Amino acid sequence: MRTALGTVAVLWGGVALYPIYRYLAPRPDTSDDETQVTSVEVCKLSELPKNSGKNFRFGSFPALLIHTEDDGLHAFKAVCTHLGCTVQYRGDIQRIFCACHGGQYDPTTGKNIAGPPPKPLDSLKVAVVNDQVVVSRA
Amino acid sequence: MAAELQQENKLAKLIGNFLVSRLSLADLQHLAAKKKVPVHKHSLWYYMGGITMIYFAVQVVTGILLMVYYVPEINAAHASILKINSQIDFGWFIRSLHSWGSTLMILSAAVHLFSSFFMRAYRQPREITWWAGLVLMILCLAFGFTGYLLPWDDLSFFATKVGLDITAKAPLVGGLLGPLLKGGNMISQATISRFFGIHVAILPLTLISLLAVHLMLVQSHGMSEPAAFADTPPEKRRYEPFFPDFFFKDMLVWILALNVLFVLVVLFPWGVGPEANPFAPAPIGIKPEWYFLGAFQFLKLIPPMVGPIEGELFGILAMSLVGLGFLIMPFIDNGSQRRRALLATIYGVAVVLGLIFLSIWGALS
Ligand code: HEM
Ligand code: FES
Repeated sequence: MRTALGTVAVLWGGVALYPIYRYLAPRPDTSDDETQVTSVEVCKLSELPKNSGKNFRFGSFPALLIHTEDDGLHAFKAVCTHLGCTVQYRGDIQRIFCACHGGQYDPTTGKNIAGPPPKPLDSLKVAVVNDQVVVSRA
Repeated sequence: MAAELQQENKLAKLIGNFLVSRLSLADLQHLAAKKKVPVHKHSLWYYMGGITMIYFAVQVVTGILLMVYYVPEINAAHASILKINSQIDFGWFIRSLHSWGSTLMILSAAVHLFSSFFMRAYRQPREITWWAGLVLMILCLAFGFTGYLLPWDDLSFFATKVGLDITAKAPLVGGLLGPLLKGGNMISQATISRFFGIHVAILPLTLISLLAVHLMLVQSHGMSEPAAFADTPPEKRRYEPFFPDFFFKDMLVWILALNVLFVLVVLFPWGVGPEANPFAPAPIGIKPEWYFLGAFQFLKLIPPMVGPIEGELFGILAMSLVGLGFLIMPFIDNGSQRRRALLATIYGVAVVLGLIFLSIWGALS
């Protein structure tokens, strides 16, 4: 009798919990066209002086465009590889900086060079078309 | 006149007797009379649980009032907080009570936890009371974490981001829990809805039920007595009845605790930051609420790799180990040996000092 009751309870619990789990589990976003973005016109090159950066939206994630002191253009996914804060370019130290726990990255390669981040930033492709800076997926 | 008074007294007595008999209040009176509180130089700490409780009561009342105007919708949440702060009569007051109340509630819960720890109140037969208390502390922090997102300002956005990333990286449960809490691959409406539901329904229900267990156990075990007190000869030990003596002192302390809250609210009304923008960088100098500062500073200090494991994972494991210490303390220091008691004290002092040191460092850096 006890075992029967126990079995029923466990089965019933499982039957009740599974729909609740599925109800709560996030849907994989397939239809969301924002995630399909492949390139973004960020700004005019003339609007972005050397040794400065610009944060912008790339589809569903934040991104960062940098015009380095040596006239290079680089773009990265601006999501810190430590705990996911949004990074920014800091001209005073000429590095990409994460304000959350002080992580730092190299602005040309995106390599993690100081603080807690374990991995480099994901990089994006940059092109200049008629003075417009266009960033696209690498 | 005198006759009238007598009549009234009679009526009051009649109603009193009616209630006492119909509600079986005699049992309750008996229970209250049975409980006695030891009087000694550490008796002060017996008030901390009660203070935490009164602050929780403030949270329930002000939280329900906030729900009248707060809108848990991504484009409206921040505006609704601005409205509460500036347009609704006494809105700033209710909101500041809730925000300062959360801070004081967490503070008093922490003091309660550590004072019980140092009085060795976790020892037999109070293990379950102690574990229930640990979970209550976690629930308080969960209240703070989920509530913090609701105003949807820049700080709340990144605080949630970091907190959820840590959750998702936790061993075993992280993979399941992280996405369930976030509700998608970024912090969005789904996250606000989930946090709101957890903050205003799940956590209050859980906390109240667990509090009931905690209190029932305290009632049935009576107050713990520190060794120095228990070792004095019985004729030298002093007790006072819980009701009415201790209870009235309790109420006095509550009034003091509420005064502290009111002073803070009036002198330092709670502010709001600019609305969250998921695509803007984290503001320079960003910091969590004081009760997460210790963990925050600790995470900042860990290098990317500690030996073969990733820094974050190492941090999470290290912090869980500290928690585990509190969990298993009733088995380690069970009162059988002085050496074990000493170990418990050293452990507690180390954790408190470490926490205070890291928090101050985090606040200053
Ligand atoms: C039944 C209990 C509670 C209800 C119904 C409730 C409800 C709410 C609501 C509607 C908000 C959004 C408005 C706002 O952000 O000011 C909020 C915010 C918040 N709650 Fe609660 N709450 C409850 C208990 C608690 C407890 C026990 C704590 C902490 C120990 C807490 C901590 C917070 C915090 C830190 C915020 C953010 C405050 C801010 O910046 O405005 N809440 N709560
Ligand atoms: S999230 Fe960037 S350093 Fe921690």
